[in-house]
Amino acid sequence: MSSIRSDQVGGRIVDNTEEVPGTRAPLVLNMDTFGQVTNAVSKVSEAGGAPIAWYIGFAGALGLLGVLGFCVLYLIFTGVGVWGLNTPIAWAYDITNFVFWVGIGHAGTLISAILFLFRQKWRTGINRFAEAMTIFAVMCAGIFPGIHVGRVWVVYWLFPLPNQMEMWPQFRSPLLWDVFAVSTYFTVSLLFWYTGLIPDLATLRDRAKGRLQQIGYGLFALGWRGSNRHWHRYERAYLLLAALSTPLVLSVHSVVSFDFAVSQLPGWHTTIFPPYFVAGAIFSGFAMVVTLAVPAREMFGLKNLITLRHLDNMNKVILLTGSMVGYAYAMEFFIAWYSGAIYEKFAFVNRAFGQYWWAYLLMVSCNVITPQLFWFKAIRTSIPLMFFLSLVVNVGMWFERFVIIVSSLANDFLPSSWEFFTPTWVDIGTMAGAFGLFFTMFLLFCRFLPMIAMAEVKMVMPAADPHHGDDAHGHDHGTAATATGDQS
Amino acid sequence: MTTFETPTPTVDPAETTETPKLHALIAEFETPGEVLKAAEKVREAGYRWWDCCTPFPVHGMDGAMGIKPTILPVMVFFAGLAGLISAFVLQAFTNSTGMSIWALVWVTGYPYLISGKPLLSIPAFIPVMFELTILFAALTCVFGMFGMNGLPRLHHPLLANDRFRRVTDDRFYIVIEARDPKFFRSRTEAFLGSIGAVAVEEVQD
Repeated sequence: MSSIRSDQVGGRIVDNTEEVPGTRAPLVLNMDTFGQVTNAVSKVSEAGGAPIAWYIGFAGALGLLGVLGFCVLYLIFTGVGVWGLNTPIAWAYDITNFVFWVGIGHAGTLISAILFLFRQKWRTGINRFAEAMTIFAVMCAGIFPGIHVGRVWVVYWLFPLPNQMEMWPQFRSPLLWDVFAVSTYFTVSLLFWYTGLIPDLATLRDRAKGRLQQIGYGLFALGWRGSNRHWHRYERAYLLLAALSTPLVLSVHSVVSFDFAVSQLPGWHTTIFPPYFVAGAIFSGFAMVVTLAVPAREMFGLKNLITLRHLDNMNKVILLTGSMVGYAYAMEFFIAWYSGAIYEKFAFVNRAFGQYWWAYLLMVSCNVITPQLFWFKAIRTSIPLMFFLSLVVNVGMWFERFVIIVSSLANDFLPSSWEFFTPTWVDIGTMAGAFGLFFTMFLLFCRFLPMIAMAEVKMVMPAADPHHGDDAHGHDHGTAATATGDQS
Repeated sequence: MTTFETPTPTVDPAETTETPKLHALIAEFETPGEVLKAAEKVREAGYRWWDCCTPFPVHGMDGAMGIKPTILPVMVFFAGLAGLISAFVLQAFTNSTGMSIWALVWVTGYPYLISGKPLLSIPAFIPVMFELTILFAALTCVFGMFGMNGLPRLHHPLLANDRFRRVTDDRFYIVIEARDPKFFRSRTEAFLGSIGAVAVEEVQD
């Protein structure tokens, strides 16, 4: 149980960002019992209706999803020519959106896997919906290369399936590595998310009053009954999945960056791309987690579980990865100059001062300059400011991919083949529509599934320590816990 | 729960008894500390068919119950190895050879010569080898865990018990099954009461 803290307002702790030497900050506020956590999380999906903001958001998201459906069907029935692509610029909005969405997904895996391996207990408050976000983001990402192939009806040619032509995919191509990386990433993320969901689905099953909920949650809970013999294998499986997902998540955006880095194009052919893309992915993903967490905790009353400290920590990650991205931008320029390759030098000068200077300026100011404001704790802990800055980062990271892809393609070796890219309404509609798909899925998830990993949150509560609050019982198991010790 | 109490003639005669069969006794505890201490005593008492059911894994419980480490990591390792080898064979066969083999259907390799790169280009095959290693290992990890845990199952006697519903919320249970050689209805009930259970209840099959 947390001690009396100076930052209480009317007996309720609202700010747990303060560091008190010798104690761990509480990760669950104003709740001492496990039942309170179960109630706070379960009541969202058990309520008869959702907050009005949910309906408004859902209507908007469905509308955009309709736009996506229309644009995709129009593209399929007409041809890829409905996009603004031209001869040197054969990749533009589509691949920008693909890289953007794959990148968004990375934060979920980072939170669920890497922070798990590092024993960062604060991940438990945010991992569930960050993982859900990963899955929905990868779904959005998958659409773009899928429809960009042109003849969607033979999209199975991407996979090594025996066919009547006796042809196989070309395994020396990074585009094919991407097929394997992204599909593996989606599968493993889904498994990870679902494995984590099982105990919480069992909670909803056991609390369900209606027959439909009992059957629905019951089927997906797989008959989970909290057996410790099961928990033993479950925890081991979870650890192994985290250990497998960690190199996987680093590999996915590295492979995405190979799509560019393995080519010969100035501005793409860069060895810094894999780490730079991974840092950028985590940066944009965390920004998206903040964008989603801020309204979600307000809307569903989860401020005691997704606390200010969680948001503060995420903003610190944004600051770190934003600075890494800034370093990568600077290093790209340095290497372009240092390489002495004239095309490489031109590509970078052109990126900053050529026909896409405005996109470059937007990218640098959104990704490098504004996140530096997170050095100040007042900004890191201000809800409106962090929400605004997370949107800025999302915009900036979209433009980063646009700048890399389009500015390099538009002005390559021969000035006679230079072109300018102008998006069509289909380009813009598909981009906006992908957000519709993402938010539709996310809002449905918030409404019907446990948004917070209840079992995992309970584990990090002081009461979960078997020696909690009882010195006399500690003698068998090493040091006794102190009455206030959050040493779980 | 009541629906399960009438034995129906469709049940295998060998399994049927006159009255509903006792599946287990469950003992409820209020805190992780209490259930952990109680688990040590159940183990010391020599029970074998018993379990602790908790809303989250209780730290130290595996040791208290004497659970042997799972072989899951070994399975995952070999699955990963299988993924690595499959990916290499797949790529080498399809892109580097002109062989025909039977793999559910007859398939023939197609030796691609691209930009003068070697036909058997191992560095280029590494990304897919890595991804399939992870994919096979992760699938084995999750489905191996389900399989060894006997999941999914649509019904379990414990899940029909109303008291047991709080196992996924905030209560901790020790379950001693009736098939345990040391199980004796009244003695086991008294034993569970003596180790600190706040309630002891029968669970029928």
